[in-house]
Amino acid sequence: MVSTQPNQSPKALIVLRNVSKRYRRGLETIDVLSQVNLDIDAGEFVAFMGPSGSGKTTLLNLIGGLDVPDNGSIIIAGEEITGFSDSMLTAWRARHVGFVFQLYNLIPVLTAYQNVELPLLLTRLNKKSRKKHVETALSIVGLNDRMHHYPRQLSGGQEQRVAIARAIVSDPTFLLCDEPTGDLDRASANDILDLLQRLVSDYKKTVLMVTHDPMAAGKANAILHLDKGKLNSVSKGLATS
Amino acid sequence: MKWLPLLFANLKRKKTRSLMTLGSFIVAFFLYGLLATINDAFNQGIEIAGADRLVVRNRISLIMPLPESYKEQLKQIQGISGVTYGSWFGGVYKEERNFFPQFAIDTDTYRDMFPEYIIPDDQWKEFLKDREGCIVGKTLMNRFNWSLHDRIPIKASIYGGVWEFNICGIYSGKRKTDDTSQFWFHHKYLDERRQWGHGTVGWYYAKVDNPDNALRISETIDNRFANSPFETTTETEKSFAAGFVRQFGNIKLIIRSVGAVVFFTLILITGSNMAVSIRERTGEIAILKTLGMSRIRVLVLVLSESVLYALIGGGIGIGLAKLYTLGGDPTKGMLPLFYLSGYTIGSALTVAALVGITAGLIPAVNALNLRIADGLRRV
Ligand SMILES: Nc1ncnc2c1ncn2[C@@H]1O[C@H](COP(=O)(O)OP(=O)(O)OP(=O)(O)O)[C@@H](O)[C@H]1O
Ligand SMILES: [Mg+2]
Repeated sequence: MVSTQPNQSPKALIVLRNVSKRYRRGLETIDVLSQVNLDIDAGEFVAFMGPSGSGKTTLLNLIGGLDVPDNGSIIIAGEEITGFSDSMLTAWRARHVGFVFQLYNLIPVLTAYQNVELPLLLTRLNKKSRKKHVETALSIVGLNDRMHHYPRQLSGGQEQRVAIARAIVSDPTFLLCDEPTGDLDRASANDILDLLQRLVSDYKKTVLMVTHDPMAAGKANAILHLDKGKLNSVSKGLATS
Repeated sequence: MKWLPLLFANLKRKKTRSLMTLGSFIVAFFLYGLLATINDAFNQGIEIAGADRLVVRNRISLIMPLPESYKEQLKQIQGISGVTYGSWFGGVYKEERNFFPQFAIDTDTYRDMFPEYIIPDDQWKEFLKDREGCIVGKTLMNRFNWSLHDRIPIKASIYGGVWEFNICGIYSGKRKTDDTSQFWFHHKYLDERRQWGHGTVGWYYAKVDNPDNALRISETIDNRFANSPFETTTETEKSFAAGFVRQFGNIKLIIRSVGAVVFFTLILITGSNMAVSIRERTGEIAILKTLGMSRIRVLVLVLSESVLYALIGGGIGIGLAKLYTLGGDPTKGMLPLFYLSGYTIGSALTVAALVGITAGLIPAVNALNLRIADGLRRV
């Protein structure tokens, strides 16, 4: 279940209560998010839409522990992360969140394999079990045969699949994808979206995705619309039409 | 260890820039190696000088002689356990540029005075029997490609004529730093053949029982010969060597000044290269932090990268310097102890690492403080 009302769903994985975030630019302050409430159950595939500058990235960064809100609390898997110190957040991210971005995703001087291995280098896993995990992740995204290619030797869609493999390799609690198809052509975008859908249906992952593309949003189970600092549910028919 | 692939991959990013950074380190540390070797060469004489040996010379000048009779008188002085003497011959082999020191020595006592020089017994015996015999240091043998039993003509600049010597023995040093570029022959032969200066010697060496008494005994010696036609100046071999080095001016200061300028420049070059290279990677560093890399790890990663440049470049530079010094003294005789020691290599690598850390510090701290949200937005 996905809800933008503070309805205390007992099994919600991701819970936001009265979360606000404002930025100060010179004399003026912009309320990017004001009093946002959100409940997302495990196993959901949620799309966030909204005009440019409406705060979608900001919201995702807060949920992913990349930034902290000015007010309100964020509770993930029963753990309130809002009071975490910087180093606690860092460790928490490594354990719970897989990130996929639109740009600058991969380290260009590392091969696909090495890129996917990166999050595992921060764990205690030995080389052999790292290899097993990396190969599994790459086979899920269908890139086992491109393991030793460098990012520049891959297409945009393939690069993004490597990024998804890296996001899932440490088996995180949920995935955050900020415009994962923003830079891709239709066909590659569809591949990526199918892959995300498959992660939800076959691997029981929870995925939160920001997108400008109604077609992409249509693949999600739920669509949320962000505008003027407020978050609203949208019926799927409305978004895709 | 598992981060090494990322570290090395980073070096391959901008090849020209990496090569230029490495190049600066190579040049700087080649220079470091050479300057340190020259500095050591000047000071090695002081380092290895025996603390229990005194040098007795004519008070007016080192080139003025002392009477041969002083030998017996020195032996009488309490605390002195051995006395030997030598004279400067001042010849060259074939031409002027083939300069090297030749000493006429007192064959009865010289070997006991300098136990750091090793000569096989049979060679020494043969030398004692041959009036025209000589003992040649290993380095000198190599320099002129001489072999045992060669007959060597030496042009005598002071005494005139060409003197021929038979190489009866080769000496080597107990320590790597011992001077093995000398040439010794019989003082008796010198006295026999020279036209003037009979009954005199160039200097004396006196061995003292206890180095603690060196100063007192030096004074005793100089007092003993005060107000005679041949007054003496006596000092330990160490301070004699130090005085010799001082003749060349303040070499250490010159070397340090050159070194400081080079290293200051090196830090600026490397520092700005690292800064540019890290700034270009702002997005990537944000990604690494996003994936859960801690601030301290980011700091270490950036510092390691600049230390890696420093150690590779510095290592190659000092290695080239070592190769260069293996060729031996480039001045052909002025710096007989031209040797790049393991200690110098070690200190060079330490200095390299410090330069690397200093140069990487600012970019590393910037990377550490980078806010992820900004890092992903920027560029
Ligand atoms: N560090 C910051 N300092 C000041 N203002 C900021 C900062 N980060 C974001 N903003 C502002 O906050 C607002 C929301 O930005 P955000 O990136 O979350 O929007 P978005 O919905 O992701 O937009 P887009 O669809 O273009 O990616 C924008 O007006 C932006 O200029
Ligand atoms: Mg955005």
